[in-house]
Amino acid sequence: MARLAPVRDVAPTVQRLRLQYAKRGRLRFSSHRDFQRALERALRRAEIPMAFSAGFSPHPKVSYANSAPTGVASEAEYVEIGVTERCDPAAVRAALDEALPPGLDIVEVVEANSPDFVQRLEASIWQIELPGVGVAEVEIAAQKLLAQEVVTVERLTKNGVRAFDARGPVVSLLVEPGPGCAILKAVVRHATPSVRPDDVLNALRQVAGLVPPAPPRVTRLAQGPLDPVGSTVGDPFSPDRAPLAAAKT
Amino acid sequence: MTVSDIARRGESVFDQLELLLPLVNKPIQYVGGELNATLKVWDDAQVHWVLMYPDAYEVGAPNQGVQILYEVINERADALAERTYAIWPDLEALMRDAKVPQFTVDGHRPVGDFDLFGLSFSTELGYTNMLSALSLANIPLLARDRDDTHPIVIAGGHAAFNPEPISDFIDAAVLGDGEEAVLLITDLTRDWKQAGRPGGRTGLLLKLAMTGMIYVPAFYEVEYLPDGRIQRVTPTRPEVPWRVRKHTLMDLDSWPYPKQPLVPLAETVHERMSVEIFRGCTRGCRFCQAGMITRPVRERSITGIAAMVENGLKKTGYEEVGLLSLSSADHSEIADVARNLADRYEGSQISLSLPSTRVDAFNVDLANELSRNGRRSGLTFAPEGGSERMRKVINKQVTEEDLIRTVTTAYSAGWRQVKLYFMCGLPTETDDDVLQIAQLARDVIKAGRAATGSRDIRCTVSIGGFVPKPHTPFQWAAQLDHETTDARLAKLRDAIRADRNYGKAIGIRYHDGKPGIVEGLLSRGDRRVGAVILAAWQDGARFDGWSEHFSYDRWMSAAERALDGQVVDVNWYTIRERTKTEVLPWDHLDSGLDSEWLWEDWQAALDEVAIDDCRWTPCFDCGVCDQMDTQIQVGPTGVTDLPMPKVPMHSPVAEQTSQAPS
Repeated sequence: MARLAPVRDVAPTVQRLRLQYAKRGRLRFSSHRDFQRALERALRRAEIPMAFSAGFSPHPKVSYANSAPTGVASEAEYVEIGVTERCDPAAVRAALDEALPPGLDIVEVVEANSPDFVQRLEASIWQIELPGVGVAEVEIAAQKLLAQEVVTVERLTKNGVRAFDARGPVVSLLVEPGPGCAILKAVVRHATPSVRPDDVLNALRQVAGLVPPAPPRVTRLAQGPLDPVGSTVGDPFSPDRAPLAAAKT
Repeated sequence: MTVSDIARRGESVFDQLELLLPLVNKPIQYVGGELNATLKVWDDAQVHWVLMYPDAYEVGAPNQGVQILYEVINERADALAERTYAIWPDLEALMRDAKVPQFTVDGHRPVGDFDLFGLSFSTELGYTNMLSALSLANIPLLARDRDDTHPIVIAGGHAAFNPEPISDFIDAAVLGDGEEAVLLITDLTRDWKQAGRPGGRTGLLLKLAMTGMIYVPAFYEVEYLPDGRIQRVTPTRPEVPWRVRKHTLMDLDSWPYPKQPLVPLAETVHERMSVEIFRGCTRGCRFCQAGMITRPVRERSITGIAAMVENGLKKTGYEEVGLLSLSSADHSEIADVARNLADRYEGSQISLSLPSTRVDAFNVDLANELSRNGRRSGLTFAPEGGSERMRKVINKQVTEEDLIRTVTTAYSAGWRQVKLYFMCGLPTETDDDVLQIAQLARDVIKAGRAATGSRDIRCTVSIGGFVPKPHTPFQWAAQLDHETTDARLAKLRDAIRADRNYGKAIGIRYHDGKPGIVEGLLSRGDRRVGAVILAAWQDGARFDGWSEHFSYDRWMSAAERALDGQVVDVNWYTIRERTKTEVLPWDHLDSGLDSEWLWEDWQAALDEVAIDDCRWTPCFDCGVCDQMDTQIQVGPTGVTDLPMPKVPMHSPVAEQTSQAPS
């Protein structure tokens, strides 16, 4: 006997909100799935009037953009949610941040006022701390990498080992001294397959034999449109802020 | 202990651990940071507890027992509690190389720094994980090798009702409910520390043992007969009682824990909030250790349940609530509980579940109520025995007629799949008793097809091997050897598959009989089995509850070496029937059950005589209520509709704290 999905009044989405969140400290070891579960619970605890999909098992309307790998911290992860009542973005930020465990922190919430948000996430800035490695050594390795056109690296994926170019998407590499480490700041364009900090490090090992004695600490500092000069990325929320600014003036 | 040692105690090892985490699978399970977790300042507490559920984090973190004790202890100003779980072999190897000790997930403090190390054993298969944790914590494996700098290692949980096999490794064991027991132990430990640790480690253990409610194996001597049976168990000190009693928490409504349920970031086996609606069970299923050792029945009131559900949902953000107990449909007010909660959360995304395997129409009504606006996928019933005769032996009072009527009701109400639980290897069982499961499953499908007019219904038969447990009427029974178990299950599988008209609609799930033999050895073993556990662990036994890590051959070879020269072997512990006069290894541990009653019930089983649930019928003198001067606590409270009660925020811990017996 087939049962039909119960007919419910599915409240329409009246507003979409874009969230920037950070994954800090020990919670950088949470996976994307871990974050999804934590966020959905936090949305309930914060009593955000979420819009739900219809059907047997309704899901809250949440879209996730490209997420940082497990073990990598981030200051700039993005999520979009749909709500059934208009909400004040600042209030949502505060309530949701309160409902999430410390270390998963909501940085900013804006109302979605523009299309193609995910397309604006063109590139990331990764900060890679290399403990026990000198600045000069990293600089030489970075120059060697930038001098190449293609550096093929391999990564183990669900479908076996995959080989791809890790050099092409690297826009710039900047090396700074840090406490007991060298800090590499890499601007990397989002490509398919995506080139992650691990792949950049792999490439540096290949071209210059750079092998840090301890696991590097990696943080994504920003995501957004690629700056025309190529050394940084812009604010992906700026088109969402623009109409508000226009309304005020 | 020097001053600098003390100063270093309780310091986080996270910086060292952090370097290893990028190299291991699912690192999130080791970092803590759960919602509602508590982290206290080390020096603010006088008594430091570390609590372990000796399995992987994904299994241990949702455990209610540990969550309750963690919260109860942390409510005290003078104590703190942190948690630790079993470490997977990938990280264990890295930690040994890098000399990182077993740590807590809360403060990442070394387990060896705590005063008290409590382990909750739901199953004996966690014993080897305890040894891994002790070894990683740099705590001597053998209790007799420990000194004043090492934690007191305390076992609790159902397996602690026979802690003899692990008596070499633990300092103490607690039988029964832990809430008041941990407060008592905390008081005695605090007083002992404040008094300058009189008598050292032994002094504290003696204080614990003298309460009559904490078992310290070192204070008991076991003597054996030439044939291997136990001759007697005697206390070695005059202050220590001959028998140790279990703890029973009487008023569940005063203890609405967890008030702050932990919400892990890592995915766990139970992605839901749990509310314990009652403790104990008096159905009297003779195979069921939980039902025997947790008597009497103590119900939480309908308002107490509603308050915990509401509070828990607010604090966690979970969207599923499980109403837990040994047989949830047996709560005296369950119909009102289900209706009220279903009303309250109707239209929301909150779903309610009621783990119950009762074979009757009432159970189906409850399931219908709780799935008002959800999917009706599967319902589970547990006849446990395949034949009418078998069900009389085990005292599971379900007739075939009951079962068919119940599944017909379920299929008619829109449930598509029925799951049936059985056991294989029960006392007096023959091949024929198990083969009758095939006929029963066919009759279920036949009834379902007739009720729905559809062939789109399924039945899954799930069979577990029976392991006789201490403190049950079957504690004297011979366990079935694994070869016969496997042969019997193979015959059943063939019988189900042979019938083409029904075979495809019936699924069958079972495991081989080998792990059950190891569980049987550990369940009914005595102190001599400790050597087997140690040898198996040294040979690499870890995570024995996980089929990919469990090795029967490793256990058997360890047993052969460890029991070499003894008159006893694995068969002696498992497939041998005991006589009435034999001293059982757990006879000096008092679960409240009268051993005369257990023996009579065992004889009744052999005579195929069933007895009723004493909640609704006169007492059968199992001994629990008399001895504890208590009685079964069931409703009704008279409340049938719910206002919105609040979980009382005052703490029973404070009242308890000052009541340490001298």
